[in-house]
Amino acid sequence: MTMEPEMLLDMYRRMVTIRTFDRRAVEEFHAGNIPGVVHAYIGEEAVAVGVCTNLRVDDRITSTHRGHGHTIAKGADVKLMMAELFGRTTGYCKGKGGSMHIADFGVGMLGANGIVGAGLPIATGAALAAQMDGNAGVAVCFFGDGASNEGTFHSSLNLASVWKLPIIFVCENNGWAVSVPASYGLSVDDVAVRGTSYNIPGVVVDGVEVLGVYEATREAVRRARAGEGPTLLEFKTHRWRSHAEQRGNPEDPRPQEARDSGPQHDPIAEFARRLTEQGLMSPSLLQQIHQEVEDSVTEAIEFAQSSPFPKPEDALADVFAP
Amino acid sequence: MPEITYSQAVMQAFTQEMRRDEKVFHICGGLGPLAGLIPEFGESRVRVCPISEDAYVGASIGAAGSGFRPIVSPGMMTFAFTAMDQIVNQMAKIHYMFGGQSAFPIVFRASTGGGRSAAAQHSQSPHPMFMNLAGLKLIMPSTPYDAKGLMISAIRDNNPVVIFEDQILAASQETSEVPEGDYTIPIGVADVKRQGTDVTVVAISKMVQQALAAADELSSQGISVEVVDPRTLVPMDKGAIRSSVQKTGRVVIVDEACITCSAAAEVSAMITEDPTTFQALKSPPRRVCAPDVPIPYSPIMEQFCIPDKNNVIQAIREVLA
Repeated sequence: MTMEPEMLLDMYRRMVTIRTFDRRAVEEFHAGNIPGVVHAYIGEEAVAVGVCTNLRVDDRITSTHRGHGHTIAKGADVKLMMAELFGRTTGYCKGKGGSMHIADFGVGMLGANGIVGAGLPIATGAALAAQMDGNAGVAVCFFGDGASNEGTFHSSLNLASVWKLPIIFVCENNGWAVSVPASYGLSVDDVAVRGTSYNIPGVVVDGVEVLGVYEATREAVRRARAGEGPTLLEFKTHRWRSHAEQRGNPEDPRPQEARDSGPQHDPIAEFARRLTEQGLMSPSLLQQIHQEVEDSVTEAIEFAQSSPFPKPEDALADVFAP
Repeated sequence: MPEITYSQAVMQAFTQEMRRDEKVFHICGGLGPLAGLIPEFGESRVRVCPISEDAYVGASIGAAGSGFRPIVSPGMMTFAFTAMDQIVNQMAKIHYMFGGQSAFPIVFRASTGGGRSAAAQHSQSPHPMFMNLAGLKLIMPSTPYDAKGLMISAIRDNNPVVIFEDQILAASQETSEVPEGDYTIPIGVADVKRQGTDVTVVAISKMVQQALAAADELSSQGISVEVVDPRTLVPMDKGAIRSSVQKTGRVVIVDEACITCSAAAEVSAMITEDPTTFQALKSPPRRVCAPDVPIPYSPIMEQFCIPDKNNVIQAIREVLA
C-alpha cells in the first residue's frame, strides 16, 4: 500500500485533534465549564481516523456515547462541537444535545447516541438509503464490545445481511463495557466471530495501529461499494480514561492494570514513530502540528465561551420540523 | 362517490403517495394488504423484514435521516414494544436533540385496540403512552374518509407521525364514501361527527361508533348529543373540543385506554383548566374508559372492560341528571 504523504500527515493531524479536543474537554469539564457528562475517546484515535479516512463526505456514520472522535474524524468543526459541550446557541445542536448527542448531517455524521447499541439499526437504515440511492455510498456504524451483547447488534447484522446492505459494522473493543470487563461479559474472545452467525465476514484488527485500521476498512468499504454486503470489523483498542468523567472524582474505577494498559498502547506515539522512520515527519513538523492543533482547540474553547447561552424559552423550539 | 373500507382507504393513500413521491417506501413486518402494492412499485419499495422490530423500526429512522420517507408497519403495536428504544429514545427525540438539523419524515403505523378476544398482550390501547413522549405526532382515525386524508397528511409531514389503526376498524368490511382523488385532512383538526345541543361526547377511534350509536338511541328520547372526534391526539384540537363543551355545558369522554392517565384524562384536564370552558360546565366531566386491568380473553370479561354504547348512554344520563 502506498499512501500520499499529505494524506498520512492529515491522518496524524486528525488523531492529534481528537486527543487534544478530549484532553481539553476533560479539563473544562473538571473546571466546571462543561455541564452534564463527557466520555473521552483518548487512546482510541486510530480507529476513528483509520476508518473515516476511507469515507466520502456523503457516506454516513452513526456513533456512540463516546462520539467526539468519530465526529472529528468525519470532518465536523471543533468550534461548533465545543460550543455544544458548553451548552451554547452556536453549538451543533443549539445546546439541546451536549456531548452525547452531537450530529453534523452536513458531513454525514448522523449522531452520537446515549443508548448502548441504538446506533446499529439507524446505521442500517442509512445503508438502506445508500443502497436505494444507488450511488455506491456506504454507512459505518461505530459501537463497542458492550453493544455487541444487545439485541440490536444481532437483529441489525441479520437485517443488513439479508438485504446485503453497504454497511461496515465497526466494533471498538476496548475491553470494558462501562465497568464490566469483556473477559467477563462476552461469551467469545472476539466479537468478530459473531459475524459468522449472520453470514458476514468478521475481521479482528489491532486498533492501535492506524494504517492497519485503514487497510482493513479499505477492503470492507470496497466490498460495500461493490454491492458485496456488510463486514464486521473488530478493532482491539484501549480506553485510557474511566467510562465517563466523574465530577469531583477524576479517578478511573477500573483496576490499576487496566488503567496502565492504555498509555502503553498509544496510537499517536506509534504513528509518529512510523512517520518519523519513513522520513515523513521531522521533530519540528511534529511539534508544529501539535502546536497548531492546540491553538485551534484553544480557539474553539474561546469561541464556545464567548457564545451566548440559549434563552430559557428556546427549550420550546425544534420539537417538530416545519 | 365510491364507498370503500377503512383498509382500502389506507391503501389508496399509499398508492397515490407512492406515485407522487418516489422517496416514499414501506418497511413492514408482514405484507397483508401491502402485497397489493408490489406489482406496481416492486419489492424494493415494499420491503418485507425479518421479525426484528428493533432493527427495522430503527432502520426507518436512518433512512428518513438520509433523505427517504419510510412508512413502517410492524402490524400490531404490541409486537413493536421490542422497538420501544428506537421509538422513545430515538424517533421521538432525534430532531430536537440534534437542534433541528434534519427532518425525519416517518409514518409509523400499527394496529391497537381490543374486542377480538386476542387477550392481554394483543388488545392494548397504548396511545396515552405515546401522547406523553413529546416529539411524536399521533393520529387515530375513526372512518375510511379520515383514514385516507390523514394518512396522506402524515406521509407528507416532515416529522415522525404515529398512526394507530384500530384493529376492528382495519378489518371491517363496512364501507363509506371516500373521494377517489387526492385530498388531505390537516393534522391537529378535530371533526364534529354529529351536531347536538345537550351534551358533548368526545370519542376516540372506534369509540366514535359507540358514541354515535348512543346518540342515535338517545335522540329518540329527546336528548341531543354532539359527538366530537379529535382524530389527532398530538397535537390536540383544544379549541374545537372546548367550544363544543362551552355550547352544551356537559361532556363525556370515551376512550378505550385504561382510565388512569388515559387520553380521556388529558381531554378532561384540558377542558376544566380553561376558565371559560370550566364556567360553562353544568356538571363535572365524565370519563368512560377501560378499567385499570390487562384486557382479558374470555368475551364476557372483555366486553365488560371495553366501553360500549350502553356505557356511553349511562354516562350521558349521569351528566344530565
